[in-house]
Amino acid sequence: MGTLKSGIYFLQGSEACAEAAIMVGCRFFAGYPITPATEIAEHMAKRLPQIGGIAIQMEDEIASIGAVIGASWAGAKGMTATSGPGFSLMQESIGYAFMTETPCVIVDVQRAGPSTGQATKCGQGDVMQSRWGTHGDYSAVVLSPNSVQEMFDLTVRAFNLAEKYRTPVVLLSDEVTAHMRERVVIPPIKKVEIINRKKPKRGDKAFFGLEEVPPMPSVGEGFNVAVTGSTHNEYGIRFTADPLVHRKLVERLNGKIQNHIGEIADVESYKIDDCQIGIVSYGCTSRAIYDVIEAAETKGVKVGYVRLKTLWPFPDEIIKKLAETANKIIVPEMNLRQIFYEVKRAAEGQAQVIPMNKIGGGELITPEELLDKILEEAKKGND
Amino acid sequence: MTEAFSVKQYLRDLKLPFCPGCGAFTVINAFLKAVYESGYTDLSKFVFCSGIGCSSWIPSPYFKADSIHTLHGRSIPVATGVKLMRPNLNVVVFGGDGDIVGIGLSHFIHAARRNLDVLVIMVNNMIYGMTGGQVAPTTPFKTKTTTTPYGSFEHPLDAAKLAVTAGANYAARWTTAHQNELKEAVKKALEMKGFRFIEVVSQCPTAFGRRAGFKDAGEMVRWFKVNSITIKQTKNLNEEDIAKKIVVGEFIQKRRPTLIETIYNTIKEAQKTEEN
Repeated sequence: MGTLKSGIYFLQGSEACAEAAIMVGCRFFAGYPITPATEIAEHMAKRLPQIGGIAIQMEDEIASIGAVIGASWAGAKGMTATSGPGFSLMQESIGYAFMTETPCVIVDVQRAGPSTGQATKCGQGDVMQSRWGTHGDYSAVVLSPNSVQEMFDLTVRAFNLAEKYRTPVVLLSDEVTAHMRERVVIPPIKKVEIINRKKPKRGDKAFFGLEEVPPMPSVGEGFNVAVTGSTHNEYGIRFTADPLVHRKLVERLNGKIQNHIGEIADVESYKIDDCQIGIVSYGCTSRAIYDVIEAAETKGVKVGYVRLKTLWPFPDEIIKKLAETANKIIVPEMNLRQIFYEVKRAAEGQAQVIPMNKIGGGELITPEELLDKILEEAKKGND
Repeated sequence: MTEAFSVKQYLRDLKLPFCPGCGAFTVINAFLKAVYESGYTDLSKFVFCSGIGCSSWIPSPYFKADSIHTLHGRSIPVATGVKLMRPNLNVVVFGGDGDIVGIGLSHFIHAARRNLDVLVIMVNNMIYGMTGGQVAPTTPFKTKTTTTPYGSFEHPLDAAKLAVTAGANYAARWTTAHQNELKEAVKKALEMKGFRFIEVVSQCPTAFGRRAGFKDAGEMVRWFKVNSITIKQTKNLNEEDIAKKIVVGEFIQKRRPTLIETIYNTIKEAQKTEEN
């Protein structure tokens, strides 16, 4: 069996993620068991050998992402999957992948933290860790699927962004999105956009600069590439004391993400130019939106929304637009306010931004609760 | 081999960063001479992975080769990914004692258990040198370091023995006073498969020797020479006396199926099952 044939399937989110990875060319997986992400490792362990790829269970999450980074320099597309505690352990290596411009995909199936927390229950508490988890100045690329279909589509996109920008990309899933089963449309492989890293030409020597996204050789190709997480010049040579070398490198690394927010930051929006109440939501929580729009309208409240399919880099512009129209913006999240502050910052006081938070036991924010909140805020009017 | 051996043919045109008298110079020389005598005129068939610490700078970026200078303790996981996806390359890990059997110990044990096809060369200077001389998991009992100012109250780890226990195909220990034996060990290891481990007890005159009472690097190397005993010689000694010595030699040499063999066989089997 090769890649999944096109058609309509009934898949678990984890399976959709694994199949998408395989379809986009992932041939290396390393992981460590952790609830609720283990299904991805299990599916990769079954499927990758069938198509000549390698799946290996490492001794911990640090080793897992290390092996993925090594595989990436060996020319492979690699992925690992984990949940909060493992994601914490991977943070140093995520910074290394960013600094060394190593394309790779990290799936974080969020559960309820902090610490061991509620391992089997859904949460959205890793939003800020996915942005700021590693040390130093960096820019994260983080995608947020809200359905099994998007576990497929955004996994494809995660690999493409990783390869295009030579950077680690996080698929920030959650227990609900990864565990539920839904209808998924798998396109024929010819219709799937597959981006591969730019390779150097013979004689090229600058693999860490000169261009915004430099070409990436693999080891064993004769380029004598020197990879280091220490500050380095365009040729990979360490310069750990020169302020200019550091500035130039770290500004370029951040710039290659921040200069392309328009392309990277993908959202789904609805009536943002004609609404009274706005909603900004993402991941499993955003599934409640679709059920409340009509119900709110029948009660005379116009609702528009922005659903963040990309959390980082944050799409300031569209939030600004929403804030120009809506009087109030509600931000439902399964954490104690994380994206809320970003929305508030981007809204720049143009609209009142209202948090709506629920944690524990994996209880989602229900459409009923969201509708009640919308109606309550509409009734209250502006503060 | 018509040309005479010169380390320069394998090195970039950069100034090496090591202190005067550092054992790294000896390790570089012995390793590259072994490479030369094994018939490699360049390092194009090699990939070097290293972590953080003085000896992690041996290959990176000084070797004219592909080198991946990873995080502290994480060279072996990165080498795992490289080797699995590029099985035809010689993957060699360089690291210090803190890097390989301190922070990275778990990876070391598991790589040996898996019999991962890499050669790990651990330069054991018995100290954290780069950070200025703190106690290491290999520091001899009662040695004064900056974090054990009254002498170390812990006993050191025997990394070569641990490699044997964990399942390595090859494990040897030499010192910088045994340049020829070290070179021969590298040559032998390069011809073998599976997990191969060479520990080189090395002098750090700057961060270890100074506080431990050695006059200079030369005195340390002489001490290595007179204080080393062979594995055979340990048979007549008790544990306490052995602990005071540096036991040198080959601890194991065997041919257990390697990770590359078993993992690629598994892929073949999975594909066969799929066809039926």
